[in-house]
Amino acid sequence: MDANSTTLTAEKGTSLWEDAWIKLRKNHLAIVGLGLLVFLCVISLLTPWIAPYGYEQQDLLMGATPPSAEHWLGTDVFGRDMLTRIMYGGRVSLMVGFIATAVALAIGVIYGAVAGYVGGRVDAVMMRLVDILYALPFMIFIILLMVVFGRNLLLLFFAIGAVEWLTMARIVRGQVMSLRKQEFVEAAHSLGLSQWIIIRRHIIPNTLGPVIVYTTLTIPSVMLLEAFLSFLGLGIQPPQSSWGLLINYGVETMEEYPWLLIFPGIALSLTLFALNFLGDGLRDALDPRTAKD
Amino acid sequence: MLRFALSRLLQAIPVLLVVITMTFLLVHSAPGGPFSADKAVPAEVLEALEAQYNLNQPLWQQYISYLGDVVRGDMGPSFKYPGRSVNELIYSGLGTTAELGFYAMLVAIFIGVIAGVTASMRPNTMQDYVPMTAAMIGICMPSFLLGPLLVLIFGIHLDWLPVSGWNQIPGDKILPAITLGTGYAAYIARLSRGGMLEVLSQDYIRTARAKGLSEFLIIGKHALRGGLIPVVAFLGPAFAGLLGGSFVVETIYQIPGLGRFYVQAAFNRDYTMILGTTVFFATLIIVFNLLSDMLAVWLNPKLRQQVRGE
Repeated sequence: MDANSTTLTAEKGTSLWEDAWIKLRKNHLAIVGLGLLVFLCVISLLTPWIAPYGYEQQDLLMGATPPSAEHWLGTDVFGRDMLTRIMYGGRVSLMVGFIATAVALAIGVIYGAVAGYVGGRVDAVMMRLVDILYALPFMIFIILLMVVFGRNLLLLFFAIGAVEWLTMARIVRGQVMSLRKQEFVEAAHSLGLSQWIIIRRHIIPNTLGPVIVYTTLTIPSVMLLEAFLSFLGLGIQPPQSSWGLLINYGVETMEEYPWLLIFPGIALSLTLFALNFLGDGLRDALDPRTAKD
Repeated sequence: MLRFALSRLLQAIPVLLVVITMTFLLVHSAPGGPFSADKAVPAEVLEALEAQYNLNQPLWQQYISYLGDVVRGDMGPSFKYPGRSVNELIYSGLGTTAELGFYAMLVAIFIGVIAGVTASMRPNTMQDYVPMTAAMIGICMPSFLLGPLLVLIFGIHLDWLPVSGWNQIPGDKILPAITLGTGYAAYIARLSRGGMLEVLSQDYIRTARAKGLSEFLIIGKHALRGGLIPVVAFLGPAFAGLLGGSFVVETIYQIPGLGRFYVQAAFNRDYTMILGTTVFFATLIIVFNLLSDMLAVWLNPKLRQQVRGE
């Protein structure tokens, strides 16, 4: 038994994932992005315990003050600590980014996998639907949805997720189409496995590379969309807060108190930066065409 | 080519129908009508108003009559601006938004193509990294952040450029155009770099080099045409995004364009105005996607053959 396992390790080559990790590690920008992202997520999770001040803790007498030793990023017009507010805002921004992307991921992967796997007329109909949805002016629909049904966080997740799944479905469908004809899928068929098990066990895991890359690139565009809506006053509503909303407030008073605009702006841009660099790095790392050098 | 354009136009009809139907249903399912204003209106007045705008008919009848109007190009009267039709309002905003979009696209294409081509000439050197890092910054800097920052720097601190209005003070179009164009410049830079890199490795470029052509001629005459195809394909969807961007930029700089009208109409529950602008935007986007597809076919001989072969 022991001897058996040692031979196995000895014969083991580098898998696709190990390969990708090695390549990714060489990409400094992507690693910096990954590090920053992990840091932000940890901060966001711990915010209620590590925030220096209370979220609604005001000091009206102090008012807006520039950065100082007590308030690292200054305070807003109500004397609320900006660092605290940016930390809480980041929780919402990141949460919208991750959850809406997860919605898009779930719909897109299942839809694309089914269309690509079943093929034929079903595929034609399903993809024509995607084409039609693609042509819709979605920004306008999201604005409309938020106006019609009121600003509600759940609806925001749903609306953004409903937009972003389309590209995911296309990517997965293309992958599945090419996988379907390969021998190991035929082998699974001849073993009498059910369609669902084949999709779940053999097809979906093999499409993971492009899906991971596209997911990493979807998160920043979702966060941008949320910030955009909040900026227009159609997204997150006070007392909740997000970076987009903080930027919106910052703009109103930027002549007198520029730090109220600049710090939330930096927070948002840095996060988008980190996600985009990580996504680019992952694409280079997972693309088999840039194989081992 | 004609057949290709026609078949694409035919495909656009169901898309438009879906847009109109979805918007119609959404707007009509909204809680609170266009006349549920702050002041309480007497019941008779409300009834008279609703009768005037056909709001008392069953929904399907309103839908059918609206479809008929749209086909004839009549978007109906505006609920919030009495006496003005949606057509008039769209027309008055369109010129401004089109001009803003045009300047923004000029900024985007000019900066984007130059940066992308420069980067592609010496890949993986400083000449590549510097413009591409700048492009990444452009992508990560949303217009609602870039706009206020530009205003803060160039409008308020340096006091070089006007910060609001449109067509009133000379130079008031510069900041809006840059704000709207920067994000697209960044995407175009990335796309043209990728496209050029692919083209520059092909045989016909090697032939051109072997003939001893100058680098300027090789890039300008031979490589650009093929290398910019991804950029051309991007222009159609970019146009759609540009409209979305105009919501923000027109709000920041207080420009009386379509984007601001739309946001206001949405806040005011101006039924016909929302319906009208949505249908109008959708048509525009579809037309521009079609145009950019046709341009891509015209630029790429391989695609041209495929289209003819059909």
